[in-house]
Amino acid sequence: MEPLSNRKKVLEQKPMNFWERLYLPAIFQGMGITFKHMFKKKETIFYPEVEREFSENWRGMHSLKRDEQGRERCTACGLCALSCPAEAITMIAAERQKGEEALYREEKYAAVYEINMLRCIFCGLCEEACPKEAIYLDGPIVPADYLRKDFIYGKDKLVEEPLKV
Amino acid sequence: MELAFIIEKFIVVTVIFLISLTIAAYSTLAERKIAGYLQDRVGPNRAGPGGMFQPLADGLKMFFKEEIIPADSSKALFILGPSLALLTSLIGSAVIPWGQSIEIADRLVSLQIADVNVGILYIFGVVSLGVYGIMIGGWASNNKFSLMGAIRAASQSISYEIPMGLSIIALLMTTNTLSMKEIAEQQHGINWNIFYQPLGFLIFLVCSFAETNRTPFDLPECETELVGGYHTEYSGFKMGAFMFAEYLNMFLASAVMSTLYFGGYNYPGMDWVNGMAGPLFGPLIGMGVLLLKIFAFIFFFMWVRWTVPRFRYDQLMNLGWKVLIPLAIANIVITGIVITIYDKL
Repeated sequence: MEPLSNRKKVLEQKPMNFWERLYLPAIFQGMGITFKHMFKKKETIFYPEVEREFSENWRGMHSLKRDEQGRERCTACGLCALSCPAEAITMIAAERQKGEEALYREEKYAAVYEINMLRCIFCGLCEEACPKEAIYLDGPIVPADYLRKDFIYGKDKLVEEPLKV
Repeated sequence: MELAFIIEKFIVVTVIFLISLTIAAYSTLAERKIAGYLQDRVGPNRAGPGGMFQPLADGLKMFFKEEIIPADSSKALFILGPSLALLTSLIGSAVIPWGQSIEIADRLVSLQIADVNVGILYIFGVVSLGVYGIMIGGWASNNKFSLMGAIRAASQSISYEIPMGLSIIALLMTTNTLSMKEIAEQQHGINWNIFYQPLGFLIFLVCSFAETNRTPFDLPECETELVGGYHTEYSGFKMGAFMFAEYLNMFLASAVMSTLYFGGYNYPGMDWVNGMAGPLFGPLIGMGVLLLKIFAFIFFFMWVRWTVPRFRYDQLMNLGWKVLIPLAIANIVITGIVITIYDKL
């Protein structure tokens, strides 16, 4: 068969000579290398106290955004749930009542909005599908928990903090 | 036997027992720390300042874990295995001379539990008994991997005891005594045996790696092939006993090597220091020096473990039978010739 590239290299396997058969020179060489590593800078990041910087396109926990006046942007159109390949998002829509104009931006809003963090694959398609720029995956790593039911995050965990006046 | 003698021995035994247990416990921490530092990590650092209480936490964990005894195992032997391993590794330190005699209230207290006049043979006997714990444990588990580990431990131990014994013979030709105490006394100052028996020391060192089942010769517990080797079926405190026995063996091997080849409690300028420190603190400083040597050896053991990969089984046997035994015999012959020529002059 013709070679696919010119990078093929035939390795020669010579029988070991006396010094190599003794193992000791090679062992001492290796020990020198490991000893040098004792004084090198340690790579450890002390995680809970120190967090490594995320990259700019990092996708973490979701957050439901508010607009400039502190109103929820989400209109419960369901496009995020539709686009979600893992079917992790469910929502129940509700109509905005009189007097709630400061809470929700448009006439329709999500009364219940749940993401199952065990199903979510953090692909970011919900973020892309959203016409209202309401959902972003800009949070931290989703923390561990003990029970499956505790991984279903509702609006209490997802919606951004209200604006401070 | 007078009462004071019994009390004195009891105190010495207790102190040495506690020291060896503490060192073995902290060896586990040291191993993980050294492993970390050699691999650009920091090792355990959460339990106490700098991970100081990690051995305590590990011990507690071992105690509170469920102990499983396999249904098909021989129960008595299954319990006997780790007990024997722990016992044999603890009694070995009885003949190590930890220092010169100290003087307390006009009594000369020997810092050695028992001055057996065949001390070296005693240590050999105890060390080779240690493999019985592993063999019995591996056999009683009724598991093919454990059995394989036990077989490997037995064959490895037999193969490496021969060059070890032969390297000791060459040492005995120069020291003319089997008593550990006399060997230590002969190496006064810097008159250490390593300068007379460098090749013998090298052989002894390699063999002690094999006898303590440490990497590169840790085939009995070879995880990649045998799951966990002889302690596959062990859990909880019995597993801890096996681990502890391994670290105690390492401590014992380090102590034996320091005493036989690196002068034990002797160090250059010890007469001057003894004159300054007096008959109580002088020997204690010597004991500290011996402990320092032991720590250096333990560090060496760990350093090698985290550098060298495990030997293949055939490589292990080749090295033992075809390299170390001929070398050890050659060492005896050379030592004999040199001694004869030296005596004639």
